[in-house]
Amino acid sequence: MSKRSLLKNDWVVMALFTVAVLSMPIWLAPIGAAYPDLLQKFAIFGIFAIGYNILFGLTGYLSFGHAVFLGVGSYTAVWSFKLLTMNVLPAVLFAMVVGGLFAVVIGYLSLRRSGIYFSILTLAFAQMSYNMAYSVLTPITNGETGLQLTKTDPRMIDAMFVAPGEGLPSTNLFGMSMSGYSGFYFCAVLLIIGFFISLRIFRSPFGLKLLAIKSNQNRMLYTGFNTKPYLLTAFVISGVYAGLAGALMAVTDPLAGAERMQWTASGEVVLMTILGGVGTLIGPLLGVGIIKYFENIFSALNTNTLHQTFSFLPDWLEDIVVAISSHFVGDGWHLTLGVLFMVIVIFLPGGVMEGFQRIAALARRLSRPQQEKAIQTSEQE
Amino acid sequence: MGNIVLSIKDVNKTFGGLHALGDINLDIEEGKTHAIIGPNGAGKSTLLNVCIGRLEPDSGTVEFEGKNMIGLKPYEINHAGMVRVFQTPEIFPDLNVLENVMIPALAKQEGVFRFNAFTSLAGRRDIEEQARHVLEDLGLGGQIHDHAGSMSRGDKRRLELAMGLVQHPRLLLLDEPTAGMSRHDTNRTIDLLKKIKERGMTKIIIEHDMHVVFSLADRISVLAQGRIIAQGTPDEIRGNPKVQEAYLGGAEL
Repeated sequence: MSKRSLLKNDWVVMALFTVAVLSMPIWLAPIGAAYPDLLQKFAIFGIFAIGYNILFGLTGYLSFGHAVFLGVGSYTAVWSFKLLTMNVLPAVLFAMVVGGLFAVVIGYLSLRRSGIYFSILTLAFAQMSYNMAYSVLTPITNGETGLQLTKTDPRMIDAMFVAPGEGLPSTNLFGMSMSGYSGFYFCAVLLIIGFFISLRIFRSPFGLKLLAIKSNQNRMLYTGFNTKPYLLTAFVISGVYAGLAGALMAVTDPLAGAERMQWTASGEVVLMTILGGVGTLIGPLLGVGIIKYFENIFSALNTNTLHQTFSFLPDWLEDIVVAISSHFVGDGWHLTLGVLFMVIVIFLPGGVMEGFQRIAALARRLSRPQQEKAIQTSEQE
Repeated sequence: MGNIVLSIKDVNKTFGGLHALGDINLDIEEGKTHAIIGPNGAGKSTLLNVCIGRLEPDSGTVEFEGKNMIGLKPYEINHAGMVRVFQTPEIFPDLNVLENVMIPALAKQEGVFRFNAFTSLAGRRDIEEQARHVLEDLGLGGQIHDHAGSMSRGDKRRLELAMGLVQHPRLLLLDEPTAGMSRHDTNRTIDLLKKIKERGMTKIIIEHDMHVVFSLADRISVLAQGRIIAQGTPDEIRGNPKVQEAYLGGAEL
């Protein structure tokens, strides 16, 4: 009981979360995931999934177009690098604003419907944006090549202070380069802030009202709440998170391409959220961790590494095992992910978090008889 | 006669060729319990839906405390002070019992929309107290942390009543509050509604169970085939031959 009430304290949760995130380079090292590139991805997609969970987890509205805001955030950030400064702060702020504005428009139109129709509308808007980025919007998006930095960019604010040097400048935070570990820590700090805001929303009256809309929207109307502005607010908040995530992608690697807006990218965040546990605080982050880990680790394995791994087996068995398992690594890592996803959705509809809850419940059930026995004996005395 | 809270004038409603409501005139007095009875298909639920803004009448007016209610959104009608308790329990099945009652308490305090994402729900002791108080009144005090969706049907109806009462409505509309309840639960609900009556809350009750109607109602309107065929005190209705004809085919009430 005391352990549970301790976890109900926001500051305890935040302290644990902060330590866990900042020490990721240490505790992820044994599983080979502690290199900056992957750590940055964990943090960036973590922000994306946390924001998405505020919409999908609390209101139940399944958006299939959230990659739009990711792409928009990236483009905005790169334009900020090109026109203003290589400092990442303005880029991040602009991306959040522009992501939010896009979310207001798309959300306002899509939220006129609910259920599957809402999902289809968001998907349609996303594919529309994706195709426009490749066609009519080429002057802004640079089409298939993607938007990149060039030496001829004006960079008006930077130009006032320093003369342009040789080669392309790199992104920085007041002079601190945003590549490698410093880039990860910048993303990590924003992830911690993002998680804190999400925690506050989950435990606020606003969060409870969103859950009530998910549970019975019609009843909400007769209870005296206009549900539309609630849904739109949740949609825009998640759009701002996605814009931020998109900006951070550009911060760690300053280019933006339209493929970031494709439906597969929207689908990925849905997968992450469901895999980890919809509507739980930590679940989406677990989903991000699992999917990004698989993507980076399993896709890097090849037949040679498999032969090494299974070299303890007799030769004929080794060949069979490698022949089968090779379909699940390298380019075939999606197959592994697909199998994992099916297993989890079928056996644990609440995602990995439900698995944890079941284990905790089992542990409680196993320990309770002993406690009760102890109480009975003490009563007899 | 006391203050008229709700005034329904010349309301008509047709569905296709069916005349669901014809020239309904009804005044609800403040502090009174007004029962609407009638055989199945008489138009009772249609009338209630017109009052609550779920259906728009073809003609006629519905005025609540002097304000026109027709065309208003459900949440606007709620904030005007008219609250409906549904026939099939409409609750938030995924929330717990306490949260179910906190939501309407929040609605009463906050209006149709308030963005309060950065205040803590646990810090809203006032709202929680209100909800607990009502739940204890209705005998649900022992189950406030239960999952609302897995309660018994009778408990769900009591929960919904709590959700209505926590808003202190000026007018409470009850759609068959005891339908499907055991005799024991029915009597309990009657006692409860009597208690509310003592506090002077105006109510409209739609009910099949004559035992409930005659224990609670100050006035009764009898609907048959979309028209009000009789209105009066319980005693007047009991002795009205027209009512006996329409309602029970001539049998004694």
